[in-house]
Amino acid sequence: MKTESRLEKVLAAGHFAVTAECGPPKGADVAALQAKGKHLLGCVDAVNVTDNQTAIVRMSSVAACAILKGMGHEPVLQMVTRDRNRIALQSDLFGAYGLGVRNVLCLTGDHQCFGNQKEAVGVFDLDSIQLVKTVRDMRDNGKIIGGEEIQGPPKFFIGAAANPFADPHWWRVVRLGKKVEAGADFIQTQCVFNLDRFGEFMGQARDMGLTESVKIFAGITPIKNVGMARYMANKVAGMDVPEELIKRMAGVPKEKQPAEGIKIAVETIQQVREMEGIAGIHLMAIEWEARVPEILEAAGLSKRPEV
Amino acid sequence: MVVGERKPFDEIKKTLEGHKKVLVLGCGGCVTVCLTGGHDAVQVLSSQLRMARDNEGSPLEIIEKTVERQCDPEYVEEVAALIPEVDAVLSMACGAGVQFMAERYTTTPLYPALNTTFVGGSVKEGYYVERCQTCGECKLAYTGGICPIARCSKSLLNGPCGGSTKGKCEIDPEVPCGWQLIVDRLEALGQMDRYEEINMACDWRTNRDGGPRKMIREDFQR
Repeated sequence: MKTESRLEKVLAAGHFAVTAECGPPKGADVAALQAKGKHLLGCVDAVNVTDNQTAIVRMSSVAACAILKGMGHEPVLQMVTRDRNRIALQSDLFGAYGLGVRNVLCLTGDHQCFGNQKEAVGVFDLDSIQLVKTVRDMRDNGKIIGGEEIQGPPKFFIGAAANPFADPHWWRVVRLGKKVEAGADFIQTQCVFNLDRFGEFMGQARDMGLTESVKIFAGITPIKNVGMARYMANKVAGMDVPEELIKRMAGVPKEKQPAEGIKIAVETIQQVREMEGIAGIHLMAIEWEARVPEILEAAGLSKRPEV
Repeated sequence: MVVGERKPFDEIKKTLEGHKKVLVLGCGGCVTVCLTGGHDAVQVLSSQLRMARDNEGSPLEIIEKTVERQCDPEYVEEVAALIPEVDAVLSMACGAGVQFMAERYTTTPLYPALNTTFVGGSVKEGYYVERCQTCGECKLAYTGGICPIARCSKSLLNGPCGGSTKGKCEIDPEVPCGWQLIVDRLEALGQMDRYEEINMACDWRTNRDGGPRKMIREDFQR
């Protein structure tokens, strides 16, 4: 075991793992965060706490991790390099570890032009791969960037993201390889809707031997309605929602679309589970955390292992 | 070259409020090439200002002049005789030129007429694009001659983010993804092994983060 992470233990024991996303509130409303967290309690192995996702100002992911941990959750701290330079990132890593956080997901982050602070400076002092390496060097070598030794090195279980659906398609897997080389222990992918493309990506990852050294979680997002499917297909860069899926949603009466979306999510989970090298799923039920238990129930994943 | 864009006319006019006689000073360097701050631009802006001020009933007297380069003390000196005649200077140079003027003529207000926008070039007449962010440590040898700092919206050094779609950047479907361009070029050059290497965190001291930069040719300092 490299760390004290519960997620690492679940994976090391060979269990199919489940993580879910929990977005902190747009404000200091602790009760709202706890209400979201309550839906996920006991039905997932770890909770990803997003870091000002889509560049919208929210409660800090470090603070929200601590609050969720206080409820009994195993948090995964998402950290983007968009808003903080290496001084702040490394300092927050120390602080988060001090608060009991044992998992970190290293991201670059959406460009600030998508959020509600479009005038902000984009820091991007490091990129996601450099952040992965930074966390690894802290854990394995006890050093920060520049080589200085630190007191009480934080020992994080290190995650990174991969988007098999972005371009250039063929070279995506090479970037995954760079993340693994930099020190990623686990990978959470962009939402999977196009299973053909995802299967192709996983085949490439297997061919490169990557699935032997990194645990890959397939990203799953239940679609609430056909409008959301269309929005993701047309407006969200790097998202691949096949036309037949949109048609399937559109072919269902409006009131039955949420159920259809959940059905699609469950089918997707079942199909990715069949793929060699998939270690778990990462559920991103955007502002729909309440439905996570029933999705997992239907997918036969509601019982989480004791480790 | 340094590309500059003229400020909105109303903003320029407002900075000159209260002044009665000004020098509108063009620059014969980069901003002449990009058509915003040279001799012709001086004439156009001066005419606009005169007309606007006449219409307001507070005429503005203008001396028009363009020097070779405002970022060079030798040429800045050429206007020394004109400065006492005016109560302000409107410089149509880039930010460097404006400051060289301000450093030389300390008792006369210096105002910029341009927004200095980027270091780039013209892809065709009147169409300018950014190519360099002057990071101070050129990486082009490793990226197929295409700059990840200037061309990637997040200045990523290790490949395209998850927002790269069909060759375009996530910020705007009109903006090419810098890393798609780099990958295409490295592939064509048979140099994709360069892409596979992990690029370490930048040393930004060579950029602005090391404080104002300078470059000294010691052999010229004697």
